[in-house]
Amino acid sequence: MSELLKVSNLSVKFPKLGKGFWAKPSGYVSAVDDVSFTIRQGETLGLVGESGSGKTTLGLSILLGVRPTSGRVHLRIGDQDIDLTGLSKHELRRARRHMQMIFQDPYASLNPRMTVRDIIAEPLIAGISDKRKLTRAEIDQRVAEVAEQCGLSRDQMKRFPHAFSGGQRQRIAIARALVLNPSLVVCDEPISSLDVSIQAQILNLLAELQTRLGLTYLFIAHDLAAVAYVCDRVAVMYLGQIVEMGRTRDVYYEPRHPYTEALMSAVPEPDPDAVTQPILLEGERPDPAHPPSGCRFHTRCVYATGICKTEVPMLRELSDGHSAACHHAATLKLRGARDLRSPAK
Amino acid sequence: MDRPMENPVLSVRNLQIVLDNGGSPIQITDDVSFSIGRGEVLALVGESGSGKSVTALALMQLLAQNLKIARGEILLQTQSGSSVDIAKLGTRGKAIEAIRGARMGMIFQEPMSSFSPIHTIGAQIAEVVQIHESVSRQAARKRASDLLGQVGIPDPVGALDRYPAEFSGGMRQRAMIARALVCGPELLIADEPTTALDVTIQGQILELLRNLKKNLGMAILFITHDLGIVAQMADRVAVMYSGSIVESGPVREIFRNPTHPYTRALLEAVPRLGDLDRGRRIQPISGSMPNIYAVPPGCRFHPRCPVAQLPRCSDFAPPVFSKGEHVVACIHGERAFGP
Repeated sequence: MSELLKVSNLSVKFPKLGKGFWAKPSGYVSAVDDVSFTIRQGETLGLVGESGSGKTTLGLSILLGVRPTSGRVHLRIGDQDIDLTGLSKHELRRARRHMQMIFQDPYASLNPRMTVRDIIAEPLIAGISDKRKLTRAEIDQRVAEVAEQCGLSRDQMKRFPHAFSGGQRQRIAIARALVLNPSLVVCDEPISSLDVSIQAQILNLLAELQTRLGLTYLFIAHDLAAVAYVCDRVAVMYLGQIVEMGRTRDVYYEPRHPYTEALMSAVPEPDPDAVTQPILLEGERPDPAHPPSGCRFHTRCVYATGICKTEVPMLRELSDGHSAACHHAATLKLRGARDLRSPAK
Repeated sequence: MDRPMENPVLSVRNLQIVLDNGGSPIQITDDVSFSIGRGEVLALVGESGSGKSVTALALMQLLAQNLKIARGEILLQTQSGSSVDIAKLGTRGKAIEAIRGARMGMIFQEPMSSFSPIHTIGAQIAEVVQIHESVSRQAARKRASDLLGQVGIPDPVGALDRYPAEFSGGMRQRAMIARALVCGPELLIADEPTTALDVTIQGQILELLRNLKKNLGMAILFITHDLGIVAQMADRVAVMYSGSIVESGPVREIFRNPTHPYTRALLEAVPRLGDLDRGRRIQPISGSMPNIYAVPPGCRFHPRCPVAQLPRCSDFAPPVFSKGEHVVACIHGERAFGP
C-alpha cells in the first residue's frame, strides 16, 4: 500500500495573550509539537489522547484548517504528491475536495436553516474544481446517491436538521463529507456525543463505507475501546506530542510507553468480574504553556528516573512499526489491555 | 419493578413524573420503583432521554417548573427509623430544605456550572453547613477544609480562598463532592459525575467515591450511561428505557444473565478493550429512543426489539417476572426465569 498522507515535523503554536487589550503575546502555547507520521491508502490511523493533548488541532492543521507554524503535510492526489503547506489559497481550495472532516457535535456542525439536501449538496457547489457547473439534476442525483450510502432515505432530504436525532445528524455530516469523493477523511470524535446504541451504528457505517469506497481515515477519539474496533494503527498523544505509535494490537497488548499503559488501565471494563488494576496517575495534565522539562510525562510517571527530568526522549522505533518516546522503553515491562484485566470465565 | 428490601435508606414507589404541556400532560417516567440500602451503590443506567436524570432531580424536589410528580412515593428513612415522603413535601419550604443538601447530597456532570464563579470554593461549601446547622463561620470553614482534604485536594486550607476557575476539572469535581458530603448525608446522588472528565481523572474520581462508600457507609445512587462504570462501581443495577425501569437486579446477575432484550442489546453494543479479537463489528441497536411525544403503545422497546411478539408486545404493557432480586418487565422473562 502506498502512503496517502505524510506529515513531517508538524508544529502548531498559538500566541498566548498578555494582560490588557493592546498587549503583545507573552509567549506561545505549543498545541502540536514536532509531530510526524504517515497514513497508507485505505488505512485507519487512530489518534488518542486526553483533552488538551492537541489531537483536534493536529487534525485541523493537516487539512490546513489551522495553519501549521512549521512542518510539512504531503497528500497524494492522483499520482502526484502535493505539499499542502506550500499551496496558494486557490490551489488549496481545489485540493480540499480530496480531504474532508467529520466533527464531534452534529448539533453544532449542521446549519439549522438549511435542508438536508442543501447541507449535503453544499460541497458540490462550493468545492467543485471543474470549469463546468453541475446542473441541479446532477447535484440531486449525487446527493441522493451518497445519502443512500449513509442510510438516509430520499424523503428525508427536504427536512431540516432539527427533525433528526443525534445519530441521524451524524449520518448527514458523513454524507456531506463524502459527497466530493474524498480520499482522506478526518473523523474528529465522531461518536463521542452519541448514545451507546447509536455509537455502534455509526462505527459500523464508517467501517462499511471504508470498505466500499476505499477511504482513508484519521480517527480522533478518546474512547480507547472504540478506537480498537476501527483502527489499523494507533498514535497516542500527550501534551502535543506523539508518545507511542504502532499497530493497534501491538500498542494495546504490548504498550511501550507508561502513559499508554495508564490510559488503558483507566478504562472501566464492562464486566463486574474483570480484575482491573488501574494505574492511578498522580495529579493532572500540566499546563501546555509550561510543559515540564525533559520527558513531558515525567511529572505523572510512576517509572520516571533522573534522566526523564532532563533529557527529551525521542520517538524511536522499537520493533517493526512500533515506536515509543520513552527513555526506558527497552527495559520496562508494561502491562497491556490483556494483562490489566482477566475476566473470569 | 423492585423487590422489597429491609431497611432501605431510600425507597421510591411507582414514581410518575409528567410534563405540563398546556392541558394535556405527557408522561416522562412511569411507575419507577427502586430502593437503596445503607452503604449500597445503585446504578441507574440508560441512554439520553431515558428519564434517569429527571428521576434523580425529582428525588431532591428539584424538577423544572413544567415538570411535576403526579403520583408515587419517595420515602427517605430518618435516623429515628420513621420515614418522610419527599414526594409530598413540595419544592419549597422548611421540610424539604432540611433534607436537600443535608440528608441527601447531589453531584452533577458539569462541575464548572454547578459552582458560582464569583464566590470562593470555601464560601460555597461553608454556606451549606451554615444553612443546615447553627455553627459559627469559623467552624463551618473548618468543616469545609476537612472535607476538601478528605476528597484529596492538596492544601485544603489554602483551597478555601480560591475560586472555581482556579481549579482544574478533576479538582472541581472533588470540590463538588466535598460540598455534597459536608453535612454527612445518608445518600449521595451522582448524576454522570465523570462524563465530562478525562479517563485518567475519571479513574481518580471513581476510586474516591469507592473509598467514601467504604469508609462512610454511604449509599450512592449512581446515574450513568457507561456500562464499564456500572460494572466497576455498582452493587445493584436498574436499567431505564423511555421512562421506565425495564430490568433490575444485582450487578453480576445483570451482566451475566441479562434478560430484557434492551439490556442484552446494550451489552452487545459496547466496544470492549479486553478483547480485540472479537472482530471489527459490534452489534448496534437499530432505530433510536422514542420521542416522548410519540411513545409507542405496549412495551416501549417493541419497535426496536429483535424478539418482539406482535401483537402481544404492541398491545399490552409487558408483564413483570422475577427471580430472587432479579426483576424484568418483558414477555420473555417467564421463559428465562422458569415457571
